[in-house]
Amino acid sequence: MTTAGSDTHRLQVAIGSLTLANPIIAASGCFGYGLEYTEVVDLSLLGGIAVKGLFLAERQGHPPERIVETPSGLLNAIGLQGIGVHRFIREKLPELRARRATVIVNICGSTLEEYVELARILSDAEGVAAIELNISCPNIKEGGITFGCSLHGTFDVVSAVRKVTRLPLIPKLTPNVTDVAAFAKASEEAGADAVSLVNTFLAMAIDVDTRRPKLSNVMGGLSGPAIRPIAVRMVYECRHAVSIPVIGMGGIASAKDVLEFMIAGASAVQVGTANFADPFIWKKLLDGIREYLDRHGIQRISDITGTVNTGEP
Amino acid sequence: MPVDAEARVISNTRLSPDYNVIALAAPEIAMRAAPGQFVMVRLSHEASPLLRRPFSVFEVLRANGRAEGLTLLSKRIGTTTNLLFDAGVGDVVACLGPLGRPFDVVDPPTDAWMVAGGVGLAPFATLAEALRARDTNVTLIYGARTNRELFYLDWFRSRDVRVVLATEDGSAGDRGRVTLPLERELQGASGRDVMIYACGPEPMLEAVTHVASGHGRRTQVSVERVMGCGLGGCYSCVIPVRDGPTGQHYVRSCIAGPVFSGEDVVWG
Repeated sequence: MTTAGSDTHRLQVAIGSLTLANPIIAASGCFGYGLEYTEVVDLSLLGGIAVKGLFLAERQGHPPERIVETPSGLLNAIGLQGIGVHRFIREKLPELRARRATVIVNICGSTLEEYVELARILSDAEGVAAIELNISCPNIKEGGITFGCSLHGTFDVVSAVRKVTRLPLIPKLTPNVTDVAAFAKASEEAGADAVSLVNTFLAMAIDVDTRRPKLSNVMGGLSGPAIRPIAVRMVYECRHAVSIPVIGMGGIASAKDVLEFMIAGASAVQVGTANFADPFIWKKLLDGIREYLDRHGIQRISDITGTVNTGEP
Repeated sequence: MPVDAEARVISNTRLSPDYNVIALAAPEIAMRAAPGQFVMVRLSHEASPLLRRPFSVFEVLRANGRAEGLTLLSKRIGTTTNLLFDAGVGDVVACLGPLGRPFDVVDPPTDAWMVAGGVGLAPFATLAEALRARDTNVTLIYGARTNRELFYLDWFRSRDVRVVLATEDGSAGDRGRVTLPLERELQGASGRDVMIYACGPEPMLEAVTHVASGHGRRTQVSVERVMGCGLGGCYSCVIPVRDGPTGQHYVRSCIAGPVFSGEDVVWG
């Protein structure tokens, strides 16, 4: 047995100035505004909750069909249906705060100015732990991914938001680029506190009988175990490109998957699709991590970040 | 509060080459389930199928007054329904529930008419029991392609439910859709207060709502949309509902429904 410190400290991880109770964060778009899940999980037990992406205004999202299951994966084009930042602050944030949730607000803009305005508004709200900058949603035409697919766009939007907020700033990167590490680097240079990756892979599925796309939006974003090895590789690449923390995600469904991302270079992880199949997954992940630390005699989970042994000097 | 049960299969009865009723030992869910609520089911612990699928709670099984399990009425369509069809006694099914907004159960002197299309019979066994427990008069208007796909008729009749049938091939009851007997019944029911419950394909729900409102009757419809999680997290199962005189907006059918007032839904 090891003489590990108290359990509290054992699972803590730091994302810039933000300390999370543990490295497990609910991924944006996969956990509503958090309050949908109060009957199945104590929100304060999660390392953080990245709430569903918010614009300034309410949004309807795409017509159904919005999701389709693919081999080991989930293809979605929800279209960022949401209540807008003002209703979020009024209707959701007070209860999230009362439940001691660590709230990471995911923001989406059609323009650079919208991102800036959202960050300004959220900086004045009580109970926001960090801002995740969604520059990577593949399912909407305007804004968002047009920033995330251009190095200049990424640099510009991160810099602009950096100027108006002291909250930890976490650009969420798209994997739909040739070299994701360059985007992590651009984010770091623009003043980001961390980067999170990957958002979903742009993908498509067709019904061969009707020859119609299975999603109303024609294309969508692929998540789930199908993308996990690609996501692990991208986290590994980004870890080597930047010195700010990397938050990894993509098909995590077990404690082993969490550990794989962390060993590849992630300081924390996000879990999305797996929560749909098993909304009670959080305790299983945390128990699995503790068991791993015990078994390997590791004092703190943060000690394993980036420790992959590739045999290179 | 939903419960996640690793439920053992108690029995699996094949009703036809496509339909089966599977009984699951999930007392914690069964004792909480209200008519119209559903469970999210998964049979695989591997990555395929990845997501759970929604099923109405069909029957609540009781012994000595205590809920011991529940059944699901399933029709083979995709992977999960095929796994449900083939499941053996003792197999384990991950079952999360009860979920969703239940039916509003009416009391006498209001009569209850349950309009079912095909596998849309599923929510009406528990509803019939709840209605009969209140002494409400219950009629089941039940349509299918053929009489070989009409099930549990004796079950309903033995609970004093009046059964009216329609089949597309005319092998039982009216030849045609359920709206045929529904229209006729409505014409003969002037002066009685009636609540109409409906479950089946969406075009049927739209037609039932239309016929019922033509006679000034209220409807409660149970919809089925492609559902990812059942808890409001994924925003896939949305349905448009009326918002003011001209507007509409999407609501999640898993938590705002699956039961809606038929007049509130924007059909088509």
